[in-house]
Amino acid sequence: MRKSLMLAAGLAVPTAALAASPALAGSLNVTIPRQGVAEYHKPYVGIWIEPRGGGEARTLAVWYEIKKGGNEPGTKWLKDLRTWWRKGGRSLKMPADGVSGATRAPGAYRIPLPDNIRPGAYTLFVEAARENGGRELVSIPLSVPIKNASTAGKSELGAISITVR
Amino acid sequence: MIKKTFLLTASAAALTAAPAFAHSAWLKPSTTVLSDQSQSVTVDAATSTEPFNADHNAMNTDDIKVWAPDGTMGKIENAARGRYRSTFDVKIDKPGTWRIGTQTSSVSGTFKLNGEDWRVGRMRGGMGPAGPGGAAQLAGPAPAAGAPPRPAFDPSKVVASVAEIPAGATDLNLTESQSRNEFFVTSGEPSATALQPTNNGLEMVPEGSPTDLVQNEPGKFRFLVDGKPAPGIKVKVIPDGQRYRESEASQELTTDAGGAISVGWPVAGFYWLNASLSDDKPAAARATKRRLSYTATLEVVAP
Repeated sequence: MRKSLMLAAGLAVPTAALAASPALAGSLNVTIPRQGVAEYHKPYVGIWIEPRGGGEARTLAVWYEIKKGGNEPGTKWLKDLRTWWRKGGRSLKMPADGVSGATRAPGAYRIPLPDNIRPGAYTLFVEAARENGGRELVSIPLSVPIKNASTAGKSELGAISITVR
Repeated sequence: MIKKTFLLTASAAALTAAPAFAHSAWLKPSTTVLSDQSQSVTVDAATSTEPFNADHNAMNTDDIKVWAPDGTMGKIENAARGRYRSTFDVKIDKPGTWRIGTQTSSVSGTFKLNGEDWRVGRMRGGMGPAGPGGAAQLAGPAPAAGAPPRPAFDPSKVVASVAEIPAGATDLNLTESQSRNEFFVTSGEPSATALQPTNNGLEMVPEGSPTDLVQNEPGKFRFLVDGKPAPGIKVKVIPDGQRYRESEASQELTTDAGGAISVGWPVAGFYWLNASLSDDKPAAARATKRRLSYTATLEVVAP
């Protein structure tokens, strides 16, 4: 799964380079902050967009314990991303190609935005839920063609930005 | 005699699920939203002075039914009875919305035989007909303080069911009691099959999924009596955790012309919702009155 994600990310770069309108290509930058706790578990993260005027949610990424099976598979805790789950996560079949991936350690991550989002105004949501930790939902306006925007979470998420690339 | 006393005590537990009494019957599941089909919900079931606070009696789990999302009946597992609450599990092994709870119907009341008073149905309290909360209360509200005590019924003049009323009985005064008490669990995407009303008695039809309630969005529910919208019904909504606040914090709502209510949620958490009414349209033979009660446990998440 991780391999296919890397492939997808790798493919997105040449596509963007070839595109006539480079303003359409954008990246989402998400920071998972380091937590000063003894027992740390990497958070589950869900990322999706919704049209500003209402409409169906589209999941861009979900990071969860993809490889954990048995009685308590990694999918068991997907519902803890409770808003993402209700807004559309529950209708995705996991793992979802090009969307789901393994959980990430603290750090900054760049996620290429898909280049097939129709022009318009959207809200992009990032939701994080951590075992023995908290849950946070952060939203940021997304315009297509892409405009720069930034915000930050307070607890489970750090800096979040959208940049033209 | 010992056997009879035992029977009275046992039946008391079943009856406390009925609405007209001061104690609230409640079911509290461990969760209402699941993201795969290899989990179970574990449920507390009891009757208490206030919902979700196990302080009075365990609920009898024999009557718990499980409506699976595919239209089949599921089953409960690992039922156990504690002093103040029972527990049971339900394996949520199919995707969709499940309905779990009780749906009971009984007839009780009085008649005369050769000039003597007889009772139909069971007694509450297990303390004998003359004890506190005894038989007399079944027929109506408790007597006002200072009123003379109602005449005690002779335990030998009780029949268990309408079918056992002897020929020659007169002055029949029988009430049918129908009661539902349920909660909902969804695995994956919600579905509506298990939520279809039976068009019999008092039922609640949620607008949207009953497991998608969010604190900053009002919940909308429609009440039906025998399948028809039920306007003017009083609905009580109480949040969990009463012990940790000053007031009951309950809401009293009344259904509109279409039988609907819109509920605002002051906090996230579990809620106990109860509606009841009386009418004169019993389905049971020989009964002339009907008492209907509906209870649901709903989970409301923070936005």
